[in-house]
This record gives sequence, structure tokens and C-alpha cells, in this order.
Amino acid sequence: MAKRVLSCFVAALLSMTLYAQSVIPNNPGVKPTFAIRNATIYPVTAAPIPNGTIVFSRGVITAVGTNVAVPSDAIVIDGSGLSVYPGLIDAGDKVGLTEISSVAGTVDTTEVGDLNPNARAEIAINPHSNLIPVTRANGITAVLSVPEGGIISGQSALIQLAGWTPAEMVIKSNAGMHIRFPRLRSAPLADQPQEEEAEKELRKTYTKDLDKLRDLFRDAQAYAKAAAAHAHRFNRDTILEALVPVVEGREPAMIEANLARDIRAALEFIDEFKLKAILVGAQDVKPLVPELKRRNIPVILGPILELPPREDDPYDLLFANAAALHEAGIKFAIRSNDDHNARNLPYHAAFCAAFGLPKDEALKAITIYPAQILGVDDRIGSLETGKIANIIVTDGDPLEIVTNVKRVFIGGEDITLQTRHTQLYEKFKARP
Amino acid sequence: MKKIAALTLLIAVSAIAQEHVTVIRNATVLTITNGRIEHGSVVMRGSKIAAVGPDSSISVPAGAAVIDAAGKFVMPGIIDSHSHTAVEGAVNEGSLANTGMVRIADVMTAEEIAAYRQLAGGTTTALILHGSANSIGGQSQIAKWKWGKPVSEWPIKDAPRTIKFALGENPKSANFRPPEGVPRQYPATRMGVEEVIRTSFTDARDYLAKWDEYEAKQKRGEPAIPPRRDLLMETMADILRGRIDVHSHCYRSDEILMLLNVAHDMGFHIKTLQHVLEGYKVAKEIAAAGTGAGTFIDWWGFKAEAYDAIPYNIALMTRSGVLTSVNSDSAELARRLNQDAAKAMKYGGLTADEALKLCTINPAKELGIDTRVGSIEVGKDADVVIWTGDPLSTYSRVETTFIEGEIYFDRSRDLEQRQQLAREKADRLKKEAEETAREKKDTKGRKKNG
Repeated sequence: MAKRVLSCFVAALLSMTLYAQSVIPNNPGVKPTFAIRNATIYPVTAAPIPNGTIVFSRGVITAVGTNVAVPSDAIVIDGSGLSVYPGLIDAGDKVGLTEISSVAGTVDTTEVGDLNPNARAEIAINPHSNLIPVTRANGITAVLSVPEGGIISGQSALIQLAGWTPAEMVIKSNAGMHIRFPRLRSAPLADQPQEEEAEKELRKTYTKDLDKLRDLFRDAQAYAKAAAAHAHRFNRDTILEALVPVVEGREPAMIEANLARDIRAALEFIDEFKLKAILVGAQDVKPLVPELKRRNIPVILGPILELPPREDDPYDLLFANAAALHEAGIKFAIRSNDDHNARNLPYHAAFCAAFGLPKDEALKAITIYPAQILGVDDRIGSLETGKIANIIVTDGDPLEIVTNVKRVFIGGEDITLQTRHTQLYEKFKARP
Repeated sequence: MKKIAALTLLIAVSAIAQEHVTVIRNATVLTITNGRIEHGSVVMRGSKIAAVGPDSSISVPAGAAVIDAAGKFVMPGIIDSHSHTAVEGAVNEGSLANTGMVRIADVMTAEEIAAYRQLAGGTTTALILHGSANSIGGQSQIAKWKWGKPVSEWPIKDAPRTIKFALGENPKSANFRPPEGVPRQYPATRMGVEEVIRTSFTDARDYLAKWDEYEAKQKRGEPAIPPRRDLLMETMADILRGRIDVHSHCYRSDEILMLLNVAHDMGFHIKTLQHVLEGYKVAKEIAAAGTGAGTFIDWWGFKAEAYDAIPYNIALMTRSGVLTSVNSDSAELARRLNQDAAKAMKYGGLTADEALKLCTINPAKELGIDTRVGSIEVGKDADVVIWTGDPLSTYSRVETTFIEGEIYFDRSRDLEQRQQLAREKADRLKKEAEETAREKKDTKGRKKNG
């Protein structure tokens, strides 16, 4: 016991001296057979199973149901009174790319300049960031880690929150090309009338930005053709090359637009270049619902726990969007767009449920829907045989704050719930 | 004389007769200080709570408005002990290291929509503070979000006077550099912050001594010239006299101890430590000083001094005997402090009752307004919120928010107003478009004529 306390203390001390590098144990590298029995299992893609059993082995779910044989070599976990869910998925945040927001040296979210399609999140993921254990300890097992800034911010990576190298973490690299669609207003959220001169200036910048974006996409189209034709004397260009999968419709353009007119402009852009697109942010999405429906464009909403953009917006503008999309039959997911508190993703979803979204839909918006939108629903997002064993065990509804996450499995590996926070807690709880 | 008394009585009685009475029935009432009442009623008469108890024990007065709250929860209005809402313009008078003479009350506005949005999250009362750009930022104001009323009615008139101190990265300007050619402002270290505060109180003691001397001379009938009045020194002196409560922004444990030491040396009290993200490291010392703590439940890592912030902070401080509250420092977070309270159950295992206190009676005590607000008790202000469910559940939302017996937010009313506002907006836009078209036509005509 004394030894354990001591090692805990040493670990905490180390974590302070190493600063910004986590000393929390990572995934152990073994994927034995586990069987969780007598639990309420929420496959998400099927009805909840009371008194169910889930078996996973070598990182993959092998059986889910009531009449499930438990293999003799299985490590059996009694799930009485507990619930089993698929690991939650954050459809957009900065986990892995940042450590201390005000310390520039620890932040790798934002590249210089407006057009950075070649910036790729997976290059800068720090597998030993302290944000990773903190996020997964609340049941989030995969996140879309997204670069930000400029007009084209770069390409996101879908990562699982365990692994010793970025490569071990990546579920899908180049998951999407992130475009912050040009806005007519200077500040991202302001919608106040401007002085005439300032208004002109803004309009000029807006047009320039739009032209820049469209020019680059035209160039990328030409580049793609040239590349396909193996044109003679072909000078490779990393920026255009990064855009080729996007203009060819193989990689989604994740376009962030919030006010209705910006979303409308973004839709025109999507039409013009025939992009495979995902709308992101979408704060003022309600007036555009028919347009999105007609084009079958999915939406990543969020953050939900944010103030409405305009003074005269209804107080619940952001809370009520998910219900509206659900009623219209538009596919949507919910992101936190956070970093240190990406762990609060389930509460973003819960707020949508408080404002009209059915509870099971709120859960889907942070499990199977993001998996579908990101094209990985064959691997993650639900508890089904053959899927990756990203599994959480809780003592209740994970969308309720008072619920505790009891176990986390990522890729079938038993992941510690220790974090920098639990270590500091233990250390100072023991202060004489 | 008798006649006057009788008349006064008559006026008083008729005033009572005219007082509006609202009764909320059949609710789960979270009184905060006296447990929870299933199938409970709350009677609001005028601006005060007149009765609270099980439905069976409460009779509905004739003429009362009755709200059937079956399946719903009622709790007192949430109190936010750290707000910058309703401040017109800049929140910092950061030009000097100590600007204790300025007052936030002078720049309050009734037109910041954030106040209404907080009502929609059940928040009714807040401590409105300056920013943290300097070591002593200015005098704060305790107010209620009386949206729609003139701002002169927002402050709680008899609430204690308060002042904001700030320690750490912000007052030492760690995270921004002045433009080229402009020298850095003192202080630039935690050493300097300590010196600013200590020197301010050393000066204030001298100032007090001068006045004492003057008053003593006057008493003795000796000729005396009064010292020159100094607004800053008056403020500092009032802190020493115990007439102004100090609420101090802080993060790291060392600076927390520093402030407690300075206060001890100079003979004043720190009412609360604000943010106090490393409070858990020195909880014993905070408790011993009789100082409260208002903190974020789970913000961390946004700057170096917040890297050791842990969500267990509240639990550890509470268990060490520190009076603790959750606060917002954010117009967004201030809409859901009930949820931050719930997180103290998740992180460190506070009970539901303890959690609810974090955003009600505890901040009321910290602000020195607990005889008026923070719980549902007879005689207290009728600041009452009806929730669709348990406020500690993420699925619950606010139905109706009362301040002093009046409705300041009501969801169904809000939904109705939306339609009306949309029509009004459309009308105005149409009118404006027509006017612009007419003006253009006129200008064209003039040009032709000219």
C-alpha cells in the first residue's frame, strides 16, 4: 500500500517536471478475450439488451446478445447494474493538437496563411498529450482532430484515444478537408450593421477570399486532370495535390458555415465543384433544411454549448437545431469543437435532447452517426459483431453528468481511467 | 398620532391586499436549506416567499395565480459569483496597477441579451466584476437580472460592497505584450503583484492614521486641517474597516497563500478566492482563513497557471471545510451552472444536496446576501425557478424564472414572443427597403434636375 502511494506520488511529481507530457499508462498492447455479462447493452443500432452479454477478442466484438456463450479463456466482467455502450465519437475537436492554450509552443492547431490544404492533423498529434486520457476517461474513444484557422485549415484525422504513436491512433487519415467558408462579416459571429466604408471593405475582403478559394479549387481540378493524364513536364505541387481527392469527390469537404447566407453561399460552392460535402457548425441551419435535404448533405453540429451568434437569436437556437435536422431526416452528428473539455461531448448532445431531440437520437449523434458521416461505420460507432471493440461500461446514461464511466476498452485493450487529474486528486487527497 | 398610525396600517393592509400572489403546486421543491419536498407548494406574495411546504399543508389564497407543476422541480434562482454580464464597454480599467476607486455599478447596462439568456438557464443573481488586468481592478456590484427593468433597479440595494483583486498571469500581463515602443506595465511578476497589494494597504493605513489624528485633534478642540480626500485610499481604508468584501481572482497555490498572508499582515479579510483552481492544494489554509472559494468545475489547461486545475477541486475544498461555489466568468456557462454543480457529484462524490448548494446558498453566503436569496424559505426573496425535471439532470430545462415574485423568463411566453419579433423584424426590413428605394429615386431625380 505504502509503495503504491509512493509510486503514485512519484508519478505525479514526474508529470509536473515533464510538463505537458503525460505519464499516464497507455494501452497495454494485449487484446485478450473479454466477456461482460449481466449488463444492459446498448448496441445503438439495435434495441437495448437487458441482462445481455458482450464478448470481444483480439480487438474485435465477437458476440452481443442474451444467449451468448462465454469462451473458456475469457476474462469475465460482471456487469450487474451497469450499462455497456459503444465508445463515444467526437466529430470535431482539437484533442492531440494542443496542450496549454496560451502557450504557443504547445499549440499546433493553426498554420500560417489562408490556404493550407496540405496541413494534416495526424502529423502533429501528440500521443502523450494529457488531454487524451482526460477525454477518454469520460467515455470518448475516438475524435476527429481538426486543424483550424485561415480559409482552408487543413485535413483532419480520425483518431482513437489510445496508442503509442500517431500511426497507432489513426483510424482514418485525411478524414476531411476543412474549409472555413468566407464570411461577409469581419468577426466570425458578429452580425451588426457596419459603417458604409467598413461594409465596403468587408465586402471586398469577402469577395477576394471567395475568389481565392474558387481559384484554388479550379487549379486543383486542372491539376487533377493533368495528373491523371500524366502530362509532360509535370511540376508537382503539394497544395494542389492535397486538394485532388476533394475535387474528385473521394475526400469530403468539411465546410464550416454558420449564418444562413454563408451556408447558402457554401451550398453554391459545393454545387459548382460537385463536392462530396459535410456542413459543419451550421448555427443558423433551420432556414436551409430543404436545401440540405435536397442535396443529401450531412451536418456536423456544434459546439452546442455556445452562445447564439446574434443578439436577436432565440436563446435556444443552438439547442434546437438537432431536433430540426432529425425531423427533416437529415443525417447529423454533434461535435464539441473543444480541446481540454472535449470530455463534455455527451452533454452537448444532452442539451439537444432537452430541446426536442429524442434521447436515443442524441446518443446516435455521438456514436453511429459520426461514424456514418465519416465513412467508418463498418468499423466503429455501435456494438455489433465484427466491429472494433471500442466499448465503455457505465453506471448509467452517459449523457447524464452524474453517470460515471467505469471501464474503457479501445481496440479491445483495457484502458486505464487514470488521468493527470486523478493523479493530482490522489496526491492532494493524501496531504497530511 | 394614533390617526397617523391607523392610516399607515390601512395603507400597509391595502398594499398587502394588492400584492400579487402566485402559488406553485404539486412540484418537487428543492429548498436547499431544508431538504426536498415531494408534492410541495411555494407561495410567493409580492416580492417574498410567503409559504413553502407539502401541498396538503398549504392553502391557496383567494385570487392567487396557481401554477400546477406536476412532475416538475422548483429550486431557488441560481447565483453566479463571477460575472461580467451587463457591463457596458470594456471590463478593465487597467491603466494602473490599482484602480480600486472605479465602480462597475457606474457602467452597468440593462441591454445585454446575455442577462435574459441566463434567466433562461435559471440564473437570477450575480456578482458583476471588473476584469483581471490589474492587481486591484475596482469595485464590483451584486445585482439581479431584472431584464426589462431600468438598470437602476438591478443592483441589490442593501448587498455588501465588494471589490475585485487579481493575482497571477493576468495582472502580471503574462499573456500579452504591449505594442513596440510601449514599456511593460508594472508588475510583471507575482512578486510585483504582492508588492502592489501590500503597498496599497500600507498607504491606506497611513491615510487612516492621518484621519484619526485629524479627528482626535478636532475632538480635543485643537485647530486641525483635514487631510485631502483620496478616492482610492478611501476604498482601501474601507476594506481595512471591513466595509468592503474582497473577492480575488487567483490560480496557483503559492499566490493564494501570498494573498492570505498579506491580508493577515494588513488586518483585512479575503471574503472569497475566485477561480482558485489550485485551491485544493492549500484547502486547509483557505479553510483556516475563513475564506470562501468560487471556482470553475472543469476548466483547465487554457493557460499555464490552469494546467494543474482538476475537476475534483470543489470536492477537496468542500471536504476541507471551505465554503465553495461554482461560478461562470462567462455569459455562456452562466446559463447552466446547475450542470457544473452536478459535475461535483461526478468528480469527488459530493451528494446531490451538496451539489445544489454550490450554485445557490453557498454563493449567497459568499456574497453576504444569504438572508435574502439562495434558498426557498419564508421571508426570502421570491427568486424561484421551475424546471422540467431534476436540475442536476442534463435533460432538464427551465420553464419559468421568477425574481421577487415576477416572471422574468417563461418558455411558452418566449416562444410566443418569437413569432411576434419575427413579424416585427420582417416589417421593419420591408420598410427600410422601401425607404432606401425611395431615397435612391429622389437622389436620381435631384441629379437629373441639377
